[in-house]
Amino acid sequence: MAKMGVGLEITELRLGLPGGGSSCDGGEKKERKRVFSEINGGCNGSSAGGDRNMQAVGWPPVCSYRRKKTIGRGNDQAFRAYVKVSMDGVPFLRKIDIGSRDGYPALLAAFEELFGCFGIGEALEDADSSEYVPIYEDKDGDWMLVGDVPWKIFVESCKRLRIMKRPDTKLTNYNW
Amino acid sequence: MNFCPEEVLEHIFEFVTSHKDRNSMSLVCKTWYQVERESRYGVFIGNCYAINPVRLIKRFPRVRSLTLKGKPHFADFNLVPHGWGGFVDPWIKALAKACPGLEELRLKRMVVSDESLDLLSRSFVNFRSLVLVSCEGFSTDGLAAVAANCRNLQELDLQENDVDDRRGHWLSCFPESCTSLVSLNFACLKGEINLSALERLVARNPNLRSLRVNRAVPFEMLQKILIKAPKLTDLGTGSFVHDSDSETYHTLKSAMTNCKSISSLSGFLDVASCCLPAVYPLCANLISLNLSYASGINGNELVKLIGHCKKLQHLWILDCIGDDGLRVVADTCNELEELRVFPSDPFGPGNAAVTEQGLVAICSGCPKLHSLLYFCQQMTNAALITVAKNCPNFIRFRLCILDPVRPDPITMQPLDEGFGAIVQSCKRLKRLSISGRLTDSVFFYIGTYAEQLEMLSVAFAGDSDNAMLYVLNGCKKLRKLEIRDCPFGNMALLKDVGKYETMRSLWMSSCELTLGGCKTLARKMPMLNVEIINENDQVEIIPDNNDRQKVEKMYLYRTLVGPRPDAPDFVWTL
Repeated sequence: MAKMGVGLEITELRLGLPGGGSSCDGGEKKERKRVFSEINGGCNGSSAGGDRNMQAVGWPPVCSYRRKKTIGRGNDQAFRAYVKVSMDGVPFLRKIDIGSRDGYPALLAAFEELFGCFGIGEALEDADSSEYVPIYEDKDGDWMLVGDVPWKIFVESCKRLRIMKRPDTKLTNYNW
Repeated sequence: MNFCPEEVLEHIFEFVTSHKDRNSMSLVCKTWYQVERESRYGVFIGNCYAINPVRLIKRFPRVRSLTLKGKPHFADFNLVPHGWGGFVDPWIKALAKACPGLEELRLKRMVVSDESLDLLSRSFVNFRSLVLVSCEGFSTDGLAAVAANCRNLQELDLQENDVDDRRGHWLSCFPESCTSLVSLNFACLKGEINLSALERLVARNPNLRSLRVNRAVPFEMLQKILIKAPKLTDLGTGSFVHDSDSETYHTLKSAMTNCKSISSLSGFLDVASCCLPAVYPLCANLISLNLSYASGINGNELVKLIGHCKKLQHLWILDCIGDDGLRVVADTCNELEELRVFPSDPFGPGNAAVTEQGLVAICSGCPKLHSLLYFCQQMTNAALITVAKNCPNFIRFRLCILDPVRPDPITMQPLDEGFGAIVQSCKRLKRLSISGRLTDSVFFYIGTYAEQLEMLSVAFAGDSDNAMLYVLNGCKKLRKLEIRDCPFGNMALLKDVGKYETMRSLWMSSCELTLGGCKTLARKMPMLNVEIINENDQVEIIPDNNDRQKVEKMYLYRTLVGPRPDAPDFVWTL
């Protein structure tokens, strides 16, 4: 086992900024701070680049719960997509914001709440197993089975939704 | 006093509820100590490892309200590895056996398991209040047990916890007989809940004053809640997204117009700006507004909303409000006492949208301001000096410049003079966090002037050990000191070892401490636990001639019960 001597400090593993000073001498005590600012192009008046904030673990001191909620959310709040949803046998339609759901399960759960069509979640896994089949009209005017494409693409292309009851699907005809 | 019967003493003591006062009373004489301990209702334990459950119960056999704090504050910023400690389980087990009369439990930064919650729910017949803040380790199954079994539950308050949401129907577990709820906060949960169960729960709990829901609760529910909870004073919305032309929207807006009791508003976890006018009718009565999770509201909308809130005393917002927005706050909210401005994009390339100008504006318009948390792009000495002059009443002052070593951008000087002005002017300052380029001078000012300071947080500051010594010598009331990335070493640590027994805890990470220094301290001070957190096997304990190894993370705290038995492998108590 190697002895800890002056020369081996260079191989010491530590958490912290790369290149930070590791000796106990007074002369190197300022190095830690200077290193931080040198990495980030020096402390001048400009505020260019937030990447300086990424360099240190746990900085800026935003608690991890809040961190999880705000990363990536700041910019993608814009999308609001209210589309009409009809269900066979129900005389009035509903509207649902597909932009605020985070995936197919959430969408189908919302259908269950709105229409009481329990079991529609099964349609995602096996379109034949559920009594209800969710379909949507896309930008081309075609009626598609919900669940085939990635969620984000679905949200962008969906113009309206329909929940069909199983007996109708036997008379499948792609143009109606 | 010799002739005062104990019953009379006990009756008088009932009127004294503050922990500090009760602690002082217990020191007067043996009789007072006995009467006080037997009549003590509420116990506050700021560090769960300073004492153990057995001794707590021995001294306070009739405790009915317990507050426990676990992990050190820097755990919030991922500086404390998972599994470090703070387990509540031994406490609940011991209390279940010896204190069946427990009514309230408040936990912060602790690890709570479903089994603990289940045991809690079945062990205390009169249990009425559970508050969990920044805790982890439990799931909605544990909450289901609390809901189902705590017959007299009044308060279930979950703040910023990391909860495993099993998407079961925990809310539906509140029985029909549950009619005692006063406060329910589940905003931090991620999953769906049974909306009709929520509606029925609200309907049968007429004393409900505080309700904060999560994102899964849609806009449509709010009007139903408002109608069924007429005593509501604190509302946290979930999803606030709807078609603003719809009937539902207009119905909610009317319901809000009729709502005179709501004084506290939060949530908007998902929000469409077009819906915000629905809450304008509430604004005139608002005392407290938390929009710090409402990243969907842009600066202009924020300003419009706050412009209606003339009575506001507490405001938590995101920095997208901008300096201009803060000027509007300063003009409108003259009663403001507490302000927190959080970064909306802490790691991205965008700017933190507020600077020293926003802060100066606020302090000019809000003379009652006493608590501040401010994340900003930059700060100047001149601004801090102005702030110190206009707001001498600060009790809590936490400033975080996103680049932690940034000097005054106008003069290129360190921010020593600015913070110096703050500590000189704010004689009641109890909590301080500093940032920006700072030399030993700022520590000299803190040690000289911050006589009431109890908690200090420091990062990337100072030039030498003298800085730390100024603070340790000068701040007589210091309880918690947390330091990261500063050039402070053994000399500062060991100069006055007795000081640490007067404090709750000291955290030092990425400083210049060595293993030898920490060992020396531990040897001299047996009443302290000196813990080294050794992630990634950085430090080797054997062989002996390695005392010059740097210690990356050290956490020490005073304790009456010696090294803790639950320390994981990577934590060494020296």
